[in-house]
Amino acid sequence: MLDIRNLTKRFGGLAAVNDVSVEFPANQINAIIGPNGAGKTTFFNLVAGAMAPTEGVIEYKGRNLAGEAPDAIARLGVARTFQTTMLFEESTVLDNLIVGHRLRTGSNLWDVIVNSRRLKADEKRCREKAAETLEFVGLSHIGHRYIADTSQEERKRVAFALALATDPELVLLDEPAGGVNPEETDGLINLIHKMVEHGVTVCLIEHKMDMIMRIADKIIVLDHGEKISEGTPDEVKNDPVVIEAYLGKEDAEA
Amino acid sequence: MNRAIDFFLSSTMRWLLLALAVVFPLVVTSEYLVYVMALAFVWAIAVYGMNIITGYCGQLNLAHGGFFAIGAYTVAILTVDHGWPFWPAFAMAGVFGAVFGLLVGVVSLRLKEHYFAIFTLSVGYIIYLLIDKWEELTHGSLGIINIAPPEGFGLVDFTETVPFYYLVLAFLVFAIWVTRRISESLLGRTFRAIRISDDLAQSLGINLMRNKILAFVISTVYAAFAGGLYAGVVRFIGPEQANFIHTFDMIAYLLVGGFGTLMGPLAGTLIITWLTQAVQGLEEYRMIVFGPMLVLLVIFFPKGLVGTFLSWRGRRLARQAPRGTREPRTGASEPAADQSQGARNNA
Repeated sequence: MLDIRNLTKRFGGLAAVNDVSVEFPANQINAIIGPNGAGKTTFFNLVAGAMAPTEGVIEYKGRNLAGEAPDAIARLGVARTFQTTMLFEESTVLDNLIVGHRLRTGSNLWDVIVNSRRLKADEKRCREKAAETLEFVGLSHIGHRYIADTSQEERKRVAFALALATDPELVLLDEPAGGVNPEETDGLINLIHKMVEHGVTVCLIEHKMDMIMRIADKIIVLDHGEKISEGTPDEVKNDPVVIEAYLGKEDAEA
Repeated sequence: MNRAIDFFLSSTMRWLLLALAVVFPLVVTSEYLVYVMALAFVWAIAVYGMNIITGYCGQLNLAHGGFFAIGAYTVAILTVDHGWPFWPAFAMAGVFGAVFGLLVGVVSLRLKEHYFAIFTLSVGYIIYLLIDKWEELTHGSLGIINIAPPEGFGLVDFTETVPFYYLVLAFLVFAIWVTRRISESLLGRTFRAIRISDDLAQSLGINLMRNKILAFVISTVYAAFAGGLYAGVVRFIGPEQANFIHTFDMIAYLLVGGFGTLMGPLAGTLIITWLTQAVQGLEEYRMIVFGPMLVLLVIFFPKGLVGTFLSWRGRRLARQAPRGTREPRTGASEPAADQSQGARNNA
């Protein structure tokens, strides 16, 4: 699904991501872990096109994404969520999701002014998609609620729904369980599994080690921008290099 | 209670407002007041334009007054120096608004947030300087007098205040109608997604540049048409027209009414215009009245009057709806959820 070769991003003299090569197979949960400042979010930004890599190839479905614009990458089927959920506070949950399917529609200003048939069809599709993804993430009952009145976990789910509304094949989740309590985390884990069952490949960054170890099919570990380990949760957990990277810097469970 | 609130957002209310606007010149005996109202409508049209780029799309454009001046000068130069009739000159004002909007937009929208604001502030000032100094084209600081009024084709005389009032009203209604279409559509949603965050919008596959430029050009076309109408009613313009003071006035109108709302631009423009009239006796000291009022408004109604009302109503409805879904006491709870969306867009 995603084949990354020699990916490098330098900011001046600092290499935030340094010569990382990794392959993420389709239809499974891939995780990227590492201490703070390891370059995880930069790595996501490179894949999603928010930043152009200094070097390297990001091959997605046989096509090199390196240097493509983020909106073009989104149209190719790569969706993402952000560490801080950004939503329209002054609007309802359902209302927030409608724009998610905009990239699959073609109505322009003229359609809007004359209220063309194409616009009506597009609006209908976007609303249906919004309702469908809301149902998928299990929030149909709060579709009418204002975002400002929703909980952190519900926001995370809305952010998932928004990403799913773009009809993605690969979803990049940046700390999907950040700021969410353990019980709610279990709910989000189920949701991530459900996404995979429906044919979406997931790639996530997370600090909650127990969660990662439970759900990831494949883990790569970044430290100082470099890949120091890769494999199944068990392989990574017992890798001395990983243990050193974590325990040498901060207390972590892994 | 809900009924009373809903009434404000109903189509009945819209027709009522329109009816009030139509009878206004018949009820008000003073021609001067009708003239003030007509000018307020002209500014409101420009403010609607600003609302598209700044309110919906979230890009603070400080060159807006400059585009108003471009529209006004297009009409002035074409009618006075080239002998064009008003209407073709007016159409050209829109064309120039679009062309200059595109040129400025393509460059300035590469910048984000306050960099964009500062850049457009400079653009506004450059437009002012060009108008003030390029005497061969703009007559410099003398300004241009005897601008042709809109032709009434023998049916109406638009040099009269009342017919001109109706003409401006028609354009205003059209401007609001187009804004409403945009706001309710996927295009409006696209603009609002950009307002939340550039990164979010891009991750949803929205082409930032294309959509920002579109919003910018729509806004400059509004401004240029408003400027063209202004030239047609006042029939004299000078470089003062491009003074950035006007841009900040328009921001104040938006602030009072509410950024990114449908009726905010009109409400804000009318309220400030009539307040200005009311305290005109104070002359230079009127800012002593306006300053504290604006401060209080920003503290207590940060979303503007219309914006605050809408968000209060929306959250109120949203809280009531779940109760309704459990035991449908009125049967109106289902549409209520729908309405809260519709209302956001409508109002």
